Amino acid sequence: MLKVKNINTYYGKVHALKNISLHLGEGEIVALIGANGAGKTTMLNTLSGVTPASSGSINFLGESITGLAPDRIVKNGVSQVPEGRQVFKGLTVADNLELGAYLRFCSRESKDAIRRDMGHIYELFPRLEERRKQMAGTLSGGEQQMLAIGRALMAKPKLLLLDEPSMGLAPLVVQEIFTVIERLRRDEGTTIMLVEQNAKAALKMADRGYVLETGKVILEGPAAELLENREVQRAYLGKDKKEIWER
Amino acid sequence: MACLKQRNMGLSDQIAQYLVSGLSTGAIYALIGIGFAIIYNGTEIINFAQGEMVMLGGMFTLFGLDVLKLPLPVAILMAVTLTTLSGVLFERLTIRPLKSPTPLSLVIITIGGSILIRGIAMLVGGKDTHAIPAFSGSDPLSIGSATILPQHLWIFALTVIAIVLNKLFFQYSITGKAMRACAANRRAAGLVGIDVRRMVLFSFAISAGLGSLAGIIVAPLTMTSYDVGVMLGLKGFCAAIIGGLSGGLGTVLGGLLLGVLESLGAGLISSGYKDAIAFIILLLILFIRPQGLFSRAQTERV
Ligand SMILES: Nc1ncnc2c1ncn2[C@@H]1O[C@H](COP(=O)(O)OP(=O)(O)OP(=O)(O)O)[C@@H](O)[C@H]1O
Ligand SMILES: [Mg+2]
Repeated sequence: MLKVKNINTYYGKVHALKNISLHLGEGEIVALIGANGAGKTTMLNTLSGVTPASSGSINFLGESITGLAPDRIVKNGVSQVPEGRQVFKGLTVADNLELGAYLRFCSRESKDAIRRDMGHIYELFPRLEERRKQMAGTLSGGEQQMLAIGRALMAKPKLLLLDEPSMGLAPLVVQEIFTVIERLRRDEGTTIMLVEQNAKAALKMADRGYVLETGKVILEGPAAELLENREVQRAYLGKDKKEIWER
Repeated sequence: MACLKQRNMGLSDQIAQYLVSGLSTGAIYALIGIGFAIIYNGTEIINFAQGEMVMLGGMFTLFGLDVLKLPLPVAILMAVTLTTLSGVLFERLTIRPLKSPTPLSLVIITIGGSILIRGIAMLVGGKDTHAIPAFSGSDPLSIGSATILPQHLWIFALTVIAIVLNKLFFQYSITGKAMRACAANRRAAGLVGIDVRRMVLFSFAISAGLGSLAGIIVAPLTMTSYDVGVMLGLKGFCAAIIGGLSGGLGTVLGGLLLGVLESLGAGLISSGYKDAIAFIILLLILFIRPQGLFSRAQTERV
């Protein structure tokens, strides 16, 4: 479904992605894990056209989306839920969701279909419906995350890129959001790329995973194998900490 | 005693008169100021060519009336349309080609663009000042002790209509919401599929349209010429600054306040101070309350 080949991305002189290749199959959940500054956000932003790659190619559903502007990439079926939610704070919850369907409005899709999908988002996140007339900026962090996910889903993406959806949220809310992500794959067959600091939770849900370190893929494989991998355990799952502490 | 009372009456009549003319020029400043705010909110650009759109509104109307011999309403529609297109062209030729715009390069290019537009208007239309006929005669109507010109009523009515339509557009249409989304968070706007550059173009078009309307409705009172945009642009900018660059009520109030203060200052102190008042207010606001007079406390959570 998605094929990324030898991608390099720079911020000025900072070489943030170094020759990265990866792929996603239809209906897969793939986790992208790595420490702070490893390049996870950059990877998603390169896929979304926010920070275009200087070399390499990105293919989605057999078409090249390399170098396209962000709005064109959404049009091709790839939506991102950005790090830190980035909801439109001065607009209402309902307006935020409506804007998620902006391209569908532009292509004159029937308003009923869009309204039905909005109802579906409210079903996934009932709290958003209660607050639909509230400014998005007044929502709690967890609610903003739900809104950011709902907004991305309103575009009906085939591939959903999620950047640290659990960041700064209470465990219960994280669980709620992860449940919805699993439901999306099960019920709608949405393909998902999940970036997480919370590597354990991400790998438990994912089919496969990639481990990023300083802009390079250092490990890849089925999620279950990565969970068992000693490197991964030491670096990202905090398994060996206790033993070190005891020594 | 009687004498004193009469003088007081005279003064309050005068003040009523200054208020009428102040509010109507203030409405003009508000329209121009909203144009500044719309572009600023969408792009963080202060478009110093906004005043030239005001000038173009008047000049295109004149062209329609004198050269094409069109009836006034048609000439006005044509002028608004042509100025809106000029705003689009302006964005295409000056803002969009910039590879990596900096605030300074944007200031320079909009100022450069404004000088160019003024120059062309002077070459084509000459240096004379021209009159545009009042929309429905100039027999003053008396309201209480003050008199009001029909053109003042046109100004109030058209300004209110333009501001209400503008508000409805940004509040309820999907394109208006998309433009607000760009203003709130450009990157996120791109990520939901909004073509950010297109929204920038729209903001230039709308601002030019509003500016041209201001230039057209004020022209019967003040005459028009190739260089009216400089002062009107600055006054509109001042209104927007008083209003904290809000695209709504703040800038409207800012414009009205400025218009009234100017008119009172010119009438009661000396007409020589009229233009100085705007600059004094501008400087005071920028030093003391750069967020504008009417901005509410932030309600956002981070
Ligand atoms: N706008 C920028 N300008 C310059 N360097 C940047 C910029 N954004 C990111 N970087 C650098 O690129 C590298 C990768 O950053 P990125 O944000 O992709 O990391 P990340 O894996 O998402 O980290 P985190 O877990 O903290 O979100 C870092 O070294 C970072 O300092
Ligand atoms: Mg990140």
